[in-house]
Amino acid sequence: MGRVLGFAIWLITLGSVGMFVSKRWWFPQSISEHGPLVDRQFTITILVVGISFAAAQIGLGWVVWKYRDTSAAARATYSHGNNRLEVVWTVVTAVIFISLAVMGQRVWASLHLHAAPPGSYTVEVVAQQFSWNFHYHGKDNVFGRTDPTLIDDSALNYVGLDETDPNAKDDSVVSTLVIPVNRPVELILKSKDVTHSFFVPQLRFKQDLVPGMAIPVHFTVNTTGKFELACAELCGMNHYKMKSYMLVLPENEFNELVSLPQAKFQARKDELLNKYQLPQY
Amino acid sequence: MATVTSTKTAAKPGIGPGWPKPPGKNGSNGNGRKRFGGGKRFSKDTYRITVWILMAAIVMMFVALASSYIILSGNEGWRPVRMPRAFMVSTGLILISSITMTAARRQVRQGQRRKYQGWVLLTLLLGIAFVVSQIQGWQQLVAAGAFMSGNPHSSFYYLFTGAHGIHLLGGLTALTYLALRSGQVLVGEANEKRMAAIDAVTLYWHFMDGLWVCLFLLLWLWK
Amino acid sequence: MAEAIHEVHRHPAPTGFIRKYIFSLDHKVIGIQYIMLALTAVVVGLVMSVLMRMNLSWPGTNWPIMGTLFPTGAPGGVMTPEFYLSLVTMHGTIMVFFVLTTAPQGGFGNYFLPMQIGADDMAFPVLNMMSFWVTFVGFIVLLTAIFAEGNLTVGSWFSKLGESFAAGSGTVGPIGGWTGYAPLSALGKIAGPGQGAGVNLWIISIAIFCIGSLLGALNFITTLLNMRTRGMTLMRMPLTCWAWFTTAILALLSFPVLLGGGILLLLDRVAGTSFFIPGGLYVSGSLVPLHNGGSPLLWQHLFWFFGHPEVYIAILPGMGATSHILSTFARKPIFGYRAMVFAIFAIGMLGFFVWGHHMFISGMSPYSAIAFSILTLSIGVPSAIKTFNWLGTLWGAKIRFTTPMLFAIGFVSLFVAGGITGLVLGQTSLDFFFHDTYFVTAHFHLVMGVASIFGMFAATYFWFPKMFGRMMNESLGKFHFWVTFIGVYAIFVPFHAMGMVGMPRRYAQFGEYEFLKNTHGLVLFVTVAAIITAVVQLVFYFNFFWSIFKGKKAGDNPWEATTLEWNTPSPPPHDNFAGIVPVVYHGPYEFAVPGAAKDYIMQTEPEGAA
Repeated sequence: MGRVLGFAIWLITLGSVGMFVSKRWWFPQSISEHGPLVDRQFTITILVVGISFAAAQIGLGWVVWKYRDTSAAARATYSHGNNRLEVVWTVVTAVIFISLAVMGQRVWASLHLHAAPPGSYTVEVVAQQFSWNFHYHGKDNVFGRTDPTLIDDSALNYVGLDETDPNAKDDSVVSTLVIPVNRPVELILKSKDVTHSFFVPQLRFKQDLVPGMAIPVHFTVNTTGKFELACAELCGMNHYKMKSYMLVLPENEFNELVSLPQAKFQARKDELLNKYQLPQY
Repeated sequence: MATVTSTKTAAKPGIGPGWPKPPGKNGSNGNGRKRFGGGKRFSKDTYRITVWILMAAIVMMFVALASSYIILSGNEGWRPVRMPRAFMVSTGLILISSITMTAARRQVRQGQRRKYQGWVLLTLLLGIAFVVSQIQGWQQLVAAGAFMSGNPHSSFYYLFTGAHGIHLLGGLTALTYLALRSGQVLVGEANEKRMAAIDAVTLYWHFMDGLWVCLFLLLWLWK
Repeated sequence: MAEAIHEVHRHPAPTGFIRKYIFSLDHKVIGIQYIMLALTAVVVGLVMSVLMRMNLSWPGTNWPIMGTLFPTGAPGGVMTPEFYLSLVTMHGTIMVFFVLTTAPQGGFGNYFLPMQIGADDMAFPVLNMMSFWVTFVGFIVLLTAIFAEGNLTVGSWFSKLGESFAAGSGTVGPIGGWTGYAPLSALGKIAGPGQGAGVNLWIISIAIFCIGSLLGALNFITTLLNMRTRGMTLMRMPLTCWAWFTTAILALLSFPVLLGGGILLLLDRVAGTSFFIPGGLYVSGSLVPLHNGGSPLLWQHLFWFFGHPEVYIAILPGMGATSHILSTFARKPIFGYRAMVFAIFAIGMLGFFVWGHHMFISGMSPYSAIAFSILTLSIGVPSAIKTFNWLGTLWGAKIRFTTPMLFAIGFVSLFVAGGITGLVLGQTSLDFFFHDTYFVTAHFHLVMGVASIFGMFAATYFWFPKMFGRMMNESLGKFHFWVTFIGVYAIFVPFHAMGMVGMPRRYAQFGEYEFLKNTHGLVLFVTVAAIITAVVQLVFYFNFFWSIFKGKKAGDNPWEATTLEWNTPSPPPHDNFAGIVPVVYHGPYEFAVPGAAKDYIMQTEPEGAA
């Protein structure tokens, strides 16, 4: 039984490690500036994890194989442990794990501990049960006033934009996130009803949208294209299809789009949405 | 040593007669009473330990509620509500009841059963008066237009007094029990048990007092 | 001196059926009641998980039987997304609370903690009985939540309790996940189906469960501190007792916080308060009136302050049982007893300071996220100590591969496999991608779900002869082990792959997204593995109940173990030690002592007599 068990543990280890090594199922392409750093940190981590996992499992398989009861008269080794060994592996794991933990904060800190860089393009994101709204400030670079008491989904005023506010005149609200390539983007994340989460796998970015809060986040995308945007926090029965797209446009195409008034913005955005294709998976 | 030899034959290794006293600090504690055995399941420490553990759990719950209070204070929609006068009266009542409970405990330790009986009854009455005063506080809140729903600060008034009140009812039940039994003359283990119970109830009652004072100060000063 | 023995006034064993088996004060009967509750609950939870897998693999399929069983949740036999989400919610709640908390602590802890420290019962038998029955009521209330939402008749009864109880929404239970994030869980039925009476009952059930667990924790701690027999110093306690003790402390300090949070959530729903509901919400086409000033993040903080210790509540008893069983069948003392005690305590205590790692991307301060992240990875250190010590215990051993030993070794393997991905998920930067993906689902199912369950399987096979006086069938047990061990890896390793492509949790279907289309084969593979593994659990059930009546008779100490529970008849008499107080002379794991007559020395064996 010992040999079979040891062998089974090794096979499972081989299979599990092999699944990662084969990269058959892996991150989608990275499109953001911080993406490669996240991927690199993951590679380092998964190496540590993989080696520790394999070492522990192979060790377990080995002791199970080696020290099976062979019915010899001899007894097991009488030992209550070894303090020096105990100290060694405590220190070694502590050093590895804590260094990993410290390294694991770098991307986080670079995105979350700084305000958006100057020149960022700001979009307000307002999530609601099972759909997304993106509020653009238009040419004046100032968002029109919004007020929850003005929200009226049946009148298509999804974010409660105050039409009487002069700053709101050139604002547009659309259901697709359109952003410029190679320019920092700041999103102000809000929710109308329950907690949602903004997730674009290629972006290596995720952030909850919490009702009652306006959470500013920023990132820079370096690849044009069309990408799927998913909700990643349970928000009700149609959570699984609370989907939209993130369209990353070249600077000129983007500038042309966001300078259009609402109705044309909408039409042009739909055109562009058809022009760009989803990545091949 | 006054120990009883088992009438059962010890058939298993390690429990037969004649073996040396085992090492370890939990052996005989010198007064002939064992931690366990000799038929005495009761240990003086039991009630005290239990009350301490219980208090730890209650503290955790009120820490959770108080942190919620502190986090929500100052949020949009937080409108401070004036402290009703009745809650100040209750605070005075429960502070006095702590003193009378201490007096009761001191009297019973000195063997003054009659005086003990008086003090414990007084504590019980003060406890009941506290509850009445708390209910009056609710009426004053309602009169001032502060209800459970609506503004979180007014919700917390009801929540804190209610949650404290439920725990206080446990203390009142224990006090009632002590008061009902206070006339009995007890000796030996029964008496020891009562003393332990009085210690435990005193501890819990002081705790209820301290807890209320904390909640009161929070509601009053941290708006 | 005739110090060593005393006659105990045995409190007489009850004779009536009700006092003996239903409202029993005997910790052994209560322990078995808890185990039976868990065995019942786990069937419900397991069936739900199979239904979930079926829905994920074959969405939109017509299962006529489902339409008959759940006319509202699966009208015409096709499972609705609401139905799927209520399965998610109920599966999580049932498994976490009524399986992983009841069996390891309430069940085995109740039965064996007093026996292993040489006590004749718990400190407060009546409290102990109440804690079980309170928990039982909690379970019934939770099951009621299913019908209150899904059955129009039952729903209409609850509607009479007030507007917030209005239900019959067409799902089969509350929707919100076992975490019940506010404000989805706080808004009531305007937030969509599955947010009515079911959620109220779900909260009430958890609150009741909290009270039951608190009563239990109080009892465990007092018993352990105050009722250890002579010679049973703290450092002579079996590691199981240390695990149950630490677990009781965790329960004592974390459940009150959940209870407090649950009360606030219930008040938000039924009394119109605004603890978790901010102002200006616009839900389902209308503005939410009256609510203002609450904080959704507050619920997450309260929930996870409890929720993280809770995962240790689930697994620590499994660790204790594994250490105990490994040492017994390795015929070798545990490697580094003191380090094991230290590690179990360190894991428990650190567990109170890492709840924020569930909330990195919740909108909480990014600075506190960094602190939580570093504290989280430091939990890896005591966990690694435990793993090393388990391997050290097996090193140079003379292993007997009984069924309990197989499951204990399986525990070590699964604990490593599941625990080690905590290094990935505990890093803020990697959470950008992995938060709420199947990588998380893989991690916690392996470590707190399956590893804990393996600990409990090991415990069941190990202590069954003591509890029922008969052995479980070894061949069936080994078959059960092999299929389950390979099965759970086949289920949960692919979950990591799904996480790698970014598959989000709690999706009723994956067909909406292009980036998930490559995972269909994986999803199907997992489903098949899950169904096989689930079906094989029937073998365990058969073995369990068949062996109670027909198993081979067991002696007092069939495993040649050392601790006190093996020093009394199987099953033990009403007062555990037949009126004799055991006296302890040795540490708990004295195997292979050179020069001793046998390869094990029982804790009660006097010095020099061996």
